[in-house]
Amino acid sequence: MSANPKHNAEDYIRMYRQMVRIRAFEDNANQLYLSAKMPGLTHMYTGQEAVAVGICEALTAEDKITSTHRGHGHCVAKGAEFKEMFCELLGKEEGYCRGKGGSMHIADQGNGNLGANAIVGGSMGIATGSALSAKRLGNGQVTVCFFGDGATAQGLWYEVMNMAALWKLPVIYACENNGYSEYTKTAEIAAGSLTARAESFGIEAFKVDGQDVLAVNKITTELVERCRKGEGPFFLELQTYRYHGHHVGDINREYYRSKDEEADWKESRDPIKNFGKWLSEQKILTEEELGAVDSEVAAEAKAAVDYALEAPYPNAAEVDMHVFAGVEHALDYLAGGRA
Amino acid sequence: MTREITLSKAVNEAIAEEMRRDPTIFLIGEDVAEAGTPFKVLSGLVEEFGTDRVIDTPISEPGFMGMAVGAAMTGSRPIVDLMFGDFIYLVMDQLCNQAAKTHYMSGGKLKVPLVLRTNMGATRRSAAQHSQSLQAIVAHIPGLKVAMPSSAYEAKGLLKTAIRDDNPVVIFEDKLMYNDKAPVPEEEYLIPFGKANIKRAGRDITLVATSSMVQVAEAAAKILEADGISAEVIDPRTIVPLDEETILNSVRKTSRAIVIDEGHQNYGVTAEIASRISEKAFYHLDAPVIRMGAMDVPVPFSPALEDLTVPTAAKVVENARKICRGELVHAA
Repeated sequence: MSANPKHNAEDYIRMYRQMVRIRAFEDNANQLYLSAKMPGLTHMYTGQEAVAVGICEALTAEDKITSTHRGHGHCVAKGAEFKEMFCELLGKEEGYCRGKGGSMHIADQGNGNLGANAIVGGSMGIATGSALSAKRLGNGQVTVCFFGDGATAQGLWYEVMNMAALWKLPVIYACENNGYSEYTKTAEIAAGSLTARAESFGIEAFKVDGQDVLAVNKITTELVERCRKGEGPFFLELQTYRYHGHHVGDINREYYRSKDEEADWKESRDPIKNFGKWLSEQKILTEEELGAVDSEVAAEAKAAVDYALEAPYPNAAEVDMHVFAGVEHALDYLAGGRA
Repeated sequence: MTREITLSKAVNEAIAEEMRRDPTIFLIGEDVAEAGTPFKVLSGLVEEFGTDRVIDTPISEPGFMGMAVGAAMTGSRPIVDLMFGDFIYLVMDQLCNQAAKTHYMSGGKLKVPLVLRTNMGATRRSAAQHSQSLQAIVAHIPGLKVAMPSSAYEAKGLLKTAIRDDNPVVIFEDKLMYNDKAPVPEEEYLIPFGKANIKRAGRDITLVATSSMVQVAEAAAKILEADGISAEVIDPRTIVPLDEETILNSVRKTSRAIVIDEGHQNYGVTAEIASRISEKAFYHLDAPVIRMGAMDVPVPFSPALEDLTVPTAAKVVENARKICRGELVHAA
């Protein structure tokens, strides 16, 4: 674990807490699924917490991110509240998207999260366009495009990397390589090296241990500053691991991934456990204080889940609202009624 | 003051006027800058606005379409130039899964104010991948607005409205009409969406026609007039939203309707409009509503074949005469 001298204890504690918050959010979301209280499916971010937190802690609230179907971690790390997130997962009116997006489309524009995306690689254009917009408008914002190793098989990435490199756009392509493209090993879907693909466009590429929050934060902080100086784009390959299956229903998965492998990552490379150990060794937090963070977060998550379970669903009249900006009810409008 | 200008010039003027008004607008697409597009529609814009706002891209339609969506979500108002309407198939994910749904999926928090300008129209001897009229495919998707200008006047007024709209709007310009002239005011004007234009008043039959098919309908109406058949020609101007009221009021008066659009007939724009007329003005009808779309074949290259695939004034006249005589166009 590499310490970044620029950070003070407060930053470390916040990073720890944010990682714990993601884990707690996901544990609760998984329980909601298992107890049939959540509509649909969801994709757990558990195990990858250091990536989202290390990166988002290097960004300002104005900087943008685009997220993926496995997006709860990005959303929490970018500053979202549990209450609105659980409401969204349960399809409730007070959710970030008024229950219209759900787990796979959760967006939190107020904190610069342009949204999760249920099309693998679907947000690569959006992130690059956000960077183009920032460059044109001169607002200094940097955009981070999160995607998984599976998305590197999408052609869109090569189109937008080409343009981002040609036009020196302030975008960081952050590939969370968790080793699996849905139910297939990454080695079976990706030829050659991912960093070499970015490098072929003249984009500087870095391979980082995605289980080490400080390492992720350190490199991202540097790249964000360089993006602001017009030295972007960049590519990060973050080696990480998803503890659950592709989605919460992917439980019997030994045909593509062994239990031994899963146990090994959880035991020796858990980002929260290892960072907690480091905090304690550095005497930044005692074991008791670490435990207190965990309990506080658990209580926060429980309160948010309880609230969301009781929160009202959207009114039926909402169904054709927000189809068009500036149009109250789309069905009237489509039949020729005025907005 | 009104002067006659080409449709191409009208589009160019609309973009230039809006870009002068709003610095967040930029143009993006293939060969939009120095080349001004293969149709020269955008000539001169890069000289005025520079390459920062008139952005030439590599041949990467999904890439620049996706970037336009992201730019629109973050404070810019991009105008995307898609060189041929046929390339819509290349940008479907970014247009239909991303742009069209973002406002809804975010519960109204994120807006995607972008314009996708593209073209349509056969008989340019360009064969099956450069001749399609794909407006129905886009009009099918909730969250997209679709405009189909029928002249230089409409092209300018609808495009300015599209650029100011806070939603993704797709505009189909008929590529065979770029050099057609029409009277266009010097003064600024906008044409609202969802307001059809009654191009010609009539009593006996309603011809609802889009884009260049308005010219076909007007030519047919002139011929029919000599027969003593008075045809009303309606140009919806936008197919999403669709001004049902103007169309239904016309049909309630004439009792007969033919709907003409250059997209394929099966599951097309003509089917949608004909169906709405049948559902909502059935008891006013004296005859089945007739659809006239492009023949349901890929557009052939040979002129001898291609000309058979598009609706013509002669065919409109033939169908109109039949239904005004009480004959069926299609055997019952």
